[in-house]
Amino acid sequence: MEIGLVELSRMQFALTAMYHFLFVPLTLGLSILVAIMETVYVMTNRPIWRQMTKFWGTLFGINFVLGVATGITMEFQFGMNWSYYSHYVGDIFGAPLAIEGLMAFFLEATFVGLFFFGWDKLSKVQHMVVAWLVAIGSNFSALWILIANGWMQNPVGAEFNPDTMRMEMTSFFDVLFNEVAQAKFVHTVSAGYVTASVFVLGVSALYLLQNRHKDLARRSIAVASAFGLAAALSVVVLGDESGYSASHTQKMKLAAIEAMWETHDAPAPFTAIGFPDQEARETHYAVEIPWAMGLIGTRSLTKEIPGINDLVAESEVKIRDGLIAYDALMTIREQRDATPPEVRATFEAHSDNLGYALLLKRYVDDPRNATEEQIKMAADDTVPGVAPLFWAFRIMVALGFSFIAVMAYFFYRASFRQMQFPRWSLYAAVAIIPTPWIAAELGWFVAEFGRQPWTVDGVLPTALSASHLSIADLLITLAGFLIFYSVLFVIEVSLMVKYIRKGPFQDVEETHAWQERHEARLRSETPAPTLAATPAE
Amino acid sequence: MILYELIDYDILRVIWWALLGVLLIGFALTDGFDMGVGALLPFVAKTDVERRVAINTVGPVWEGNQVWFILGGGAIFAAWPPLYAVSFSGFYLAMFVVLAAFIVRPVAFKYRSKREGATWRARWDWALFAGGAVPALLFGVAVGNVLLGVPFYLTEDLMPMYPGNFAVKFVGLLRPFALLAGVVSLAMLLMHGAAWLSLKAEGVVAERARAIGIKAGIVAAAGYALAGLWLAVGVDGFTLGEVAANGPSNPLYSDVTRGGSWLSAYADRPWIVIAPVLGFAGIALAVMGLKAGREVSTLLWSKMGILGIISSVGLTMFPFILPSTLDPNSSLTVWDSSSSHQTLFIMLVCAVIFMPLILMYTAWVYKVLWGKVTEAQVTDNADTVY
Repeated sequence: MEIGLVELSRMQFALTAMYHFLFVPLTLGLSILVAIMETVYVMTNRPIWRQMTKFWGTLFGINFVLGVATGITMEFQFGMNWSYYSHYVGDIFGAPLAIEGLMAFFLEATFVGLFFFGWDKLSKVQHMVVAWLVAIGSNFSALWILIANGWMQNPVGAEFNPDTMRMEMTSFFDVLFNEVAQAKFVHTVSAGYVTASVFVLGVSALYLLQNRHKDLARRSIAVASAFGLAAALSVVVLGDESGYSASHTQKMKLAAIEAMWETHDAPAPFTAIGFPDQEARETHYAVEIPWAMGLIGTRSLTKEIPGINDLVAESEVKIRDGLIAYDALMTIREQRDATPPEVRATFEAHSDNLGYALLLKRYVDDPRNATEEQIKMAADDTVPGVAPLFWAFRIMVALGFSFIAVMAYFFYRASFRQMQFPRWSLYAAVAIIPTPWIAAELGWFVAEFGRQPWTVDGVLPTALSASHLSIADLLITLAGFLIFYSVLFVIEVSLMVKYIRKGPFQDVEETHAWQERHEARLRSETPAPTLAATPAE
Repeated sequence: MILYELIDYDILRVIWWALLGVLLIGFALTDGFDMGVGALLPFVAKTDVERRVAINTVGPVWEGNQVWFILGGGAIFAAWPPLYAVSFSGFYLAMFVVLAAFIVRPVAFKYRSKREGATWRARWDWALFAGGAVPALLFGVAVGNVLLGVPFYLTEDLMPMYPGNFAVKFVGLLRPFALLAGVVSLAMLLMHGAAWLSLKAEGVVAERARAIGIKAGIVAAAGYALAGLWLAVGVDGFTLGEVAANGPSNPLYSDVTRGGSWLSAYADRPWIVIAPVLGFAGIALAVMGLKAGREVSTLLWSKMGILGIISSVGLTMFPFILPSTLDPNSSLTVWDSSSSHQTLFIMLVCAVIFMPLILMYTAWVYKVLWGKVTEAQVTDNADTVY
């Protein structure tokens, strides 16, 4: 593959987005776990739970700040690197991003400061509410981002306006309740909950192995395994829901993930293992499970799932149809208000496939001049890279199921075996700490690489979306982000390790002492000394 | 949904133009003092404890303040997609520098005091200084460039193009007038940061801040006056021909010519003179307040000055948002670069619901955190504060 502007822009987006998502899942899950712990503290009034809240809260803070910092890049790089995309779909895509800021991010960012600095300025219940507001804000953030992303996968509620040369919203309701977005949202936040649960479980297991902070570790495992079990089940169920919706919204992605070259008689088999060969369009050494694919994809025994070859043929038909729309659009662009109504009618009849005609722009400036061969090439382009999708998906799914097993095991030991955990299981819990991140990144890879060659499925090709910058611009920023982000990553991990080594800030007696003083102060008539910083005592 | 026709398209466009201003001003008023404190840090605080006092005055609030920046980006995307597309890619490398500053700053706040060690802390102090001073300067430079016009054009497909070498384009932003605008912006935020420190810090940190803030305020006012003169004599404005105020958002549909003066807006709409008046008066009162050692009122006057200066730019340029020097017809104006009628309406409903809520809970948080940060607090709680 020749590395041009578009490839560099994609690399930069992949780098910054995947880096951002190293921090987001932990924020999503740990915010809720911390809020749960603080709620237990408020309800039981037992200092150990306050200590847990503060300890996990500190780790949450170290992680949170990088999630926020790298999110800034995400908010602006659509405009910086994907300016034609921004113009073309900003009318729809910008709205959920702005609402995310209004409704969610403001909430989480305003209260997160109070969470860390407000221990002595708020009553216990107030502080707990603050913790929940941070958690709710974080999770609502994810909702709006996934509504935006879901629209890229399944662009409902919008149509092309020839006067403004862009997509415009026709139904906000459809964008909001996009079935792809809803399934993705629950799948993604659940993945975050699993990540945080595995993290809390692993760190706690480490403490048990080291024979320290055992009260904190045991209780943390109890919370994390219960929460994690529910979340792991939810991830898999909603992942299946995503697969089901892909069977009618993104047929090509589904076929590519399954390396299904030919349409199979219903119900199709599921290829568990195999070696997809994109050139030959077949999968070598395939191990198939009969019926399984048909059941997952269509939830029936009679509906067919189209294979890649048939979908390519379908794309070719759509390209030809899109060319009719493109031709009409050129007339409208020239004649503006003077355009004959029948040309506008022609455009509207074919505009659904306009995006397919734009696929030809990669090969020829004016798609109407495309040769038969170029049309065939553009149709072939609609197949994403099959082998990477096939494998990424399978590793993700295997990890997803293994999280259920891990969480179920620890939940069982915590609930029915007096919190006694064999040493091998503790070692295992420490060892698997990185795996949920791997699963989450692979999940995004499947979602976004599988969407290629489109930025917005069937609407706007990736090759057309990028800004017309120079290669030098891209090389500078790509190198800049790479160096900058690597340094920040090393610093973040080293601080995490430092604070995990250090353990909870104080022991239980000290927290008892704090509690008495705190309550005495709240009862006293004299106002608390005014502090902008927290004396966490 | 026909509901959105309740408000005419042209009125929605003006409302969103005003809301864009509100967001930019909100950002300057809140995150502005964070940037100011960062830029002042090496000068107002010499010892580690002094630095921690200064940092902890903004410690609990910078995160929320920075959301004004993020929300500004999101709102431009949603309400003015062509502006979002053209400006951020057109100012590409400058935007990268701003992003780098906005990424390193939060991390510096959070991580600086998480380790002992003079080198570690000194490096983060540098990051805080650069993370405050660089964007404060560059935002002004960007505004200066917008007044001068930006070298871009739109193709017939409305693809933004910015011909030229990347280095020339980046250095080309640093034109004298734009640099002057950058100085005004930096000085204004230094004054604002000083006003904040004099309210939230004590002793020597507050004293030094006041001394610098007075000078910064004078520089800001002088630079602002000079920029006004420069606009009157040395900068060509842009003129918009006939345009349908509720027509389609296609910048190429309108007729724009270069020439005339931006300041002719003051002849057409004399009432807008209130903006520069507020700007000058706010700065003057803030400088006097800093001299006299008044705290709360000084911060409010400083806010008024910033509000006046920023809104004067928008009001002077109206209806232009981003004029193009390469092809004036490609210029983005209020009438031809907004979102669709429906999207503007939906976003307005969201803003009307959430903005008051945001202002309410933000005010509550500031109220909870009311009071000065002292050296004793920082040393007593060395493990937990920033």
